[in-house]
Amino acid sequence: MNPSNYVVLSAVLFSIGAVGVLVRRNAIVVFMSVELMLNAANLAFVAFARMNGNLDGQVVAFFVMVVAAAEVVVGLAIIVTIFRTRRSASIDEPNLLKF
Amino acid sequence: MSALATAVVSETETLFTAPGINYYAIAPILIIFGAAVVSVLVEAFVPRRARRPVQLVIVIGSVLAALAVVIDLRGTRLITGEGALAIDGPTLIMQGTLLIIALLAAFLMAERSIDPLGDAFAPRASALPGSEDEQEFTKRGYLQTEIWPFFLLALTGMLAFPAANDLLMMFVALEVMSLPLYLLAGMARRRRLLSQEAALKYFVLGAFSSAFFLYGVAMLYGFSGSVSLVAIADTLTAKPSEATLVAVGMAMLLVGLLFKVAAVPFHQWTPDVYQGAPTPITGFMAATVKIAAFGALLRVLYVGLGGMRWDWEPILWIIAALTMLVGSIIAITQTDIKRMLAYSSIAQAGFILIGVLAVSPAGLASALFYLIAYAFTTIGAFAVISMVRDASGEATHLSKWAGLSKKSPLVAAIFSLFMLALAGIPLTSGFVGKFGVFTAAIASGATWLVIIGVVASVIAAFFYVRVIVIMYFSDPTPDTASVVVPSAFTTIALAAAATVTIVLGIFPQPVIELVNQAGVFIR
Repeated sequence: MNPSNYVVLSAVLFSIGAVGVLVRRNAIVVFMSVELMLNAANLAFVAFARMNGNLDGQVVAFFVMVVAAAEVVVGLAIIVTIFRTRRSASIDEPNLLKF
Repeated sequence: MSALATAVVSETETLFTAPGINYYAIAPILIIFGAAVVSVLVEAFVPRRARRPVQLVIVIGSVLAALAVVIDLRGTRLITGEGALAIDGPTLIMQGTLLIIALLAAFLMAERSIDPLGDAFAPRASALPGSEDEQEFTKRGYLQTEIWPFFLLALTGMLAFPAANDLLMMFVALEVMSLPLYLLAGMARRRRLLSQEAALKYFVLGAFSSAFFLYGVAMLYGFSGSVSLVAIADTLTAKPSEATLVAVGMAMLLVGLLFKVAAVPFHQWTPDVYQGAPTPITGFMAATVKIAAFGALLRVLYVGLGGMRWDWEPILWIIAALTMLVGSIIAITQTDIKRMLAYSSIAQAGFILIGVLAVSPAGLASALFYLIAYAFTTIGAFAVISMVRDASGEATHLSKWAGLSKKSPLVAAIFSLFMLALAGIPLTSGFVGKFGVFTAAIASGATWLVIIGVVASVIAAFFYVRVIVIMYFSDPTPDTASVVVPSAFTTIALAAAATVTIVLGIFPQPVIELVNQAGVFIR
């Protein structure tokens, strides 16, 4: 199969993730959407590695996985703290800081 | 598949050579990173009471050691780590500035005499704000010493960010810098709800923007087959026709970087995070993230995407103009001093972008000088804010600053100095910085941008001077905050920031020579 299809798929996944961040209210779902964007980038890296015929992209994908894992730790820590304080994981509710 | 398999086989057949790493050239990054690891171990193994002094020794010692190495490395110009890190003049100047600012920020974070309850951080970030647990922890005098490993890890990322010569290194540095800062933003002792909200907003928007950055890297990798900035630049000259992937990649990369420097329209997080975060952390990140991110932005634009100059220049032109105008105009309407300084930092990012847009050695040098001047002034301003307090904590509402000069003439005078420097009044560092970027931009033909910059400076001068007027020309009310006398930590940081602000305004020549000698980025 033509590897450029995977690039198109990754663009679609990235867009789904970006729209998810913008429209969803639950912090966990927003967070999952961010992870989807990172993994869409991974898919693009791997597809391009195949198209370019070198391994750089695959190596990058491993780095991105590690970074994404670290981001999960930090993100969930923040979301859980907010949840314990406010009893809600909605990202619309924390609205003390404005203008 | 077959092409890939043969590639792998031929790789293994060639003689394996160790990657060439010049360990001394990257020693500043390694020292801080090593100290961060030790600092994590201290949290695990050292008894609670002893942690704070031990952590302070590690932090101050490692920052000073790294600074000594940076000074010793002056004049170095090499690419190491198989092309991943470029240690050249601009990198070393930024690393040196970052380390000095980090030292001052560490002093502000270590301060314990300002707040009667302890330092600026929650005794336990995990305890619910206002809960019995928290009161108990406060009573026992617990301190969240985990701030120090976070601080050192963030500093590691910052030192690597302007040195990164390939986009993978840059992405990793970006995340290493950002993740600890997200957590630090949520740890304020007072007004924890605001602080946690700031952390959430910073995290969600920061992760969103770094996903854009990463996808931009993927596009540029697809175009050139490499993540190295030099290889991307070479491919750009070799096959300029395949511009679609590059244009998409460049745009997404710029979204990620402009988010970090807080340029309009990617600035929305700035006021919320600056207001909510503990004030020493606000000062730390306002000064250092700006330096590190501009370093990375300059390297990407000058080294990697220099061949796309005619495509990114008009975009950045509009962004710079918008950043200056929106930052200055919205700052006028602010009533909270931390929020006002956040919009001021957005406007300042616009002025530095003028230097970036000059696309000349003079532009690079003037942007570096501006960053140095801005960083010291900013950290000093936030040091003052942490000292102006009332019963509920920091008095950040502008009305509480009315008549402050009568309560504390010295502090009011120092804060006025910082405001004048940010406004760019002569005899302060801000004037020399603005003069430098404007001159460089006019020499490169960006006259209209400079005119917009001057107009924005005039608008900005209004709200900076308004703070001075509030402090000096209104009478103290019962609400007026009082100025707490800090310990030696904050005093040293404040004195250093004020001294640099004045010295750079009156005798800027040594630093101007330093940034001029730094030369251009190594390719």
